[in-house]
Amino acid sequence: MAEPTANGVGMPQLDVTTFSNQIFWLIVTLAVLYYIMSRVALPRIASVLADRRGTITSDIAAAEEYKQKAREAEEAYTKALADARAEANRIIEAARAEMQAELDVQMEKADAEISAKAAESERRIRDIRDSAMDMVSEVSNDITVDILSAFDAKADKARVTSAVSERLKGGA
Amino acid sequence: MKRPGQASVRNKGTETVASENTGFEIKPMEQFEVKALFGGDISWYTPTNVTLWMALTVLAASALMIFGARGRALVPSRAQSAAELTYGFVHNMVKDVAGHDAVRFFPHIFTLFMFVLFANLLGLIPFAFTTTSHIAVTAVLALTVFLSVTALGFILNGAKFLGLFWVSSAPLALRPVLALIELISYFARPISHSIRLAGAMMAGHAVAKVFAGFAGALGAAFFVPVLAVTALYALELLVAVIQAYVFTILTCVYLRDALHPSH
Repeated sequence: MAEPTANGVGMPQLDVTTFSNQIFWLIVTLAVLYYIMSRVALPRIASVLADRRGTITSDIAAAEEYKQKAREAEEAYTKALADARAEANRIIEAARAEMQAELDVQMEKADAEISAKAAESERRIRDIRDSAMDMVSEVSNDITVDILSAFDAKADKARVTSAVSERLKGGA
Repeated sequence: MKRPGQASVRNKGTETVASENTGFEIKPMEQFEVKALFGGDISWYTPTNVTLWMALTVLAASALMIFGARGRALVPSRAQSAAELTYGFVHNMVKDVAGHDAVRFFPHIFTLFMFVLFANLLGLIPFAFTTTSHIAVTAVLALTVFLSVTALGFILNGAKFLGLFWVSSAPLALRPVLALIELISYFARPISHSIRLAGAMMAGHAVAKVFAGFAGALGAAFFVPVLAVTALYALELLVAVIQAYVFTILTCVYLRDALHPSH
């Protein structure tokens, strides 16, 4: 079994005469393969893998950064919105107060005007009444003098006046 | 192999030879013969079919790892992906099995893996020569691993490397016995390491050849062995990859023992 027979039966694996040949070529092969793998193939693939890992890491970091930025932007937006709302409320309040003050002033002014006008009117009414009363006594005097003169009676002006005013007072 | 018909026709003339060669003749071991490529005797430097198929192994491994990965693309092509997966597979194996400090030996282990894997796979090509089916080849591989790992163990750990054989967790009385067993199993490592690979390769190829021989001999029923060979071929494909994996992972296990000899 150990020695291969002429027609190749037996185990070539145990043919010791070929061992040196196989071992020599194996060592050459391993040396060449090791050189190619360690010098060319493995560093190249390692660098590709490292590049990819770096890219993925930086992409994730960038994405995280963008997310953070978006969050900040949202916060800023919310804050701006709240500020604007508060500002609007403040402006509305101020406008309302201003209008109220204006209104109060105007009302006061109008009231003062009205009361001034009322007082004026009252004064004028009193004047008119007074003048009317004077006119009445004057006219009465004149009429009395005229009536007395029509009856040819001597009319003493001073007596007539006092009599008329006496009667007017009494009649009044 | 010889077709039985031809053999009988050629041997018709001489009665004695014809009677010897009746029936069909299958030579399952013929495929393992080492032959000089350009004829002549085989000395240690003669280019043989061993040379040819080892060179093809180097070419195939380089084709995958260099030509396949030549794009260096961020998003890999299919071939580049295969090269990267092979790289990652062996890298993880070294890291997980042998430890982080074994990663500096990754190129050595990777070379070993690629050689065994592609030698096994190329050997499955019909009419190919399987270099890893030879005990001379696998023994050199296993002995290289054994000797370098042992040397490494002593260089890195000094006498503490012998702690590998001294099971400190066992009762004191048992320790010398265990040490003997550990020592024997340690020296049995290169034997099992090499014979496992060569045996698996040789057995599978020989069986495939026998079944293929049946296909020629059975005539009309040829499809039975053809189906068997097809199934066997699929199995052999699996065995080729698994044996490369086993060879490499055992190397990693031995390397771990050298780096961390304490139990």
